[in-house]
Amino acid sequence: MNWVEENKKKAGKTKVILIIISVLFVFFMLVFPLVSVIANSLKEGFGYYIQSLNTKYVKSALLVTLLATVIAVIVNTFFGLLAGWLLTKFSFKGKQVLATLIDIPFSISPVIAGLAFIMTFGRLGWANPILESINQALGTDIQIVFALPGVVLATIFVTFPFVSREIIPVLNTQGKDEEEAAALMGAGGFTIFRKITFPHIKWATIYGVILCTARALGEFGAVAALSKTRGKTFTLPLEIDALYLAGSSDSITAAFSVSSLLVIIAIIVLILRNFFEHSEKVKGEKKEG
Amino acid sequence: MEDNQEVVKTELNNSEGASNEVEETSKKRKTGKKTKRVIPGFGLSMGIVLAMLSIIILIPLASVLGYAFRLKPSDLSKILSDSTVQWAFFTSIWTAFVAAVINVIFGTILAWVLVRYDFPGKRIIDGLIEVPFTLPTAVAGITLSKMYSTTGEIGKPLSKLGLKVSYTHLGLIVALVFIGIPFVVRAIQPVLEKFDSQYEEAAYMLGATSRTTFTRVILPELRPAMITGFGLAFARGIGEYGSVIYISGNSAKEHTQVVSYIIMQKLERLDYSGATAIALIMLIISFLLLLFINIVQVRQSRRTNNI
Repeated sequence: MNWVEENKKKAGKTKVILIIISVLFVFFMLVFPLVSVIANSLKEGFGYYIQSLNTKYVKSALLVTLLATVIAVIVNTFFGLLAGWLLTKFSFKGKQVLATLIDIPFSISPVIAGLAFIMTFGRLGWANPILESINQALGTDIQIVFALPGVVLATIFVTFPFVSREIIPVLNTQGKDEEEAAALMGAGGFTIFRKITFPHIKWATIYGVILCTARALGEFGAVAALSKTRGKTFTLPLEIDALYLAGSSDSITAAFSVSSLLVIIAIIVLILRNFFEHSEKVKGEKKEG
Repeated sequence: MEDNQEVVKTELNNSEGASNEVEETSKKRKTGKKTKRVIPGFGLSMGIVLAMLSIIILIPLASVLGYAFRLKPSDLSKILSDSTVQWAFFTSIWTAFVAAVINVIFGTILAWVLVRYDFPGKRIIDGLIEVPFTLPTAVAGITLSKMYSTTGEIGKPLSKLGLKVSYTHLGLIVALVFIGIPFVVRAIQPVLEKFDSQYEEAAYMLGATSRTTFTRVILPELRPAMITGFGLAFARGIGEYGSVIYISGNSAKEHTQVVSYIIMQKLERLDYSGATAIALIMLIISFLLLLFINIVQVRQSRRTNNI
């Protein structure tokens, strides 16, 4: 029986080594940057911290960011619920293609997303004459590129698949028997969704909304291509960029102060996500038991 | 014992037969000319999903492609033969590749530790894996750049060893490892959770050493998930902008400019044909990677379903 114990010892050693590698990796790669942001932001004292947050640029950037995030989350949640329903409750040709198309924003550069809207609505874009004739007819001056609508569109683009991605796997495992039974008993589409489908995906939807919010608040590349006026169309990440590139040590500290706001939000998101995941797991275990 | 096995076998056969029947009926349903869907709302949800997808994703991307295809081939080749552009492609692809390889190694270890072992603080580590998903890329960029600069907390001791991280390819790789790690861990974790420890026990019983068990039993099962994670991290890394532009230093001389930076630079100079031409190549690369990931995933699901 000696070799069994030897093997166990060996396994114990590997276990300890692997855990140490993991903890070190997570600490140096993931925790250290978070701590570093907070430390850098408080470098010149708490007074300067508050002062650097209390500028008109930061306030305007906060408003723009919140506006874009709220709209993006509403649009993408609506889309995510419908797309999840469509892709899991019906079988049709080209389903896989549709699923792949929805996931496009995950794998393309955010800068290209910005470019895409410029090539559509910008001066060279094919939709620009249409936009101009609408403006002439209505006497308005709606601009998309380098204006708020562009920022909102870019944010929606980048976070487009976030909610559907969380919902689809859950609905896939749930199957469609319950919905079919309800439909055969005469329930309408919306009633089926509200009473049968939605309770299954309540938590998944909340996850998706949380992740979508986090990503929308922090989007940089796509928005950077479409937003040029500081204090008007700048979001928080763009404001951070402007402060950091200004180069003086004061403005770099200010950049970290604004960053610390987003870090705090990121930490809250992580805690919420873990909390929901845990409570769902507990619920699942109770059901099984 | 033998009787029991026979019973199990016939039961298996029965259940196979039943599932075959179900498959057949569903096939009939699919091939039937007028399919009647039981659940209502197909047309409406299909219409809205396609409309939203077109307006937000497909039409804007098609505008880029439309403009790119109208460029003269001579202009296109002139833009793409520029040495800064070629170096940017080389830098982006090479650093994203190295970072993805590093991520697969550490991601596999992390997934393994999180699924197989119990230790205090495990849930916190598990939660922290997603820091790069929730932390804005620009924030990650300026922080990493500062940390790894020659005066930073990590950069200072490393520079004493002669390693310069910020403003070099090494810095780019560090940033891309940061961005890519959750993709790999989250791709491998669920596969490892479902993995039946029976196979390992069998290998152990048959006298395999733990190394053989790992390389011949566990690794083949994990490979598709590792490839998926690699592909996702690689795709994300090639197009990354916010987290790399600060740490890279964007020097044309030292070849630390990435493709996204070049596109942005051309946009700022209103050189739209240059920006679109480069974007076209990037879109082709992401499309190929997406296709590759999808093929791997379809194969994986086929394999697991057959077992």
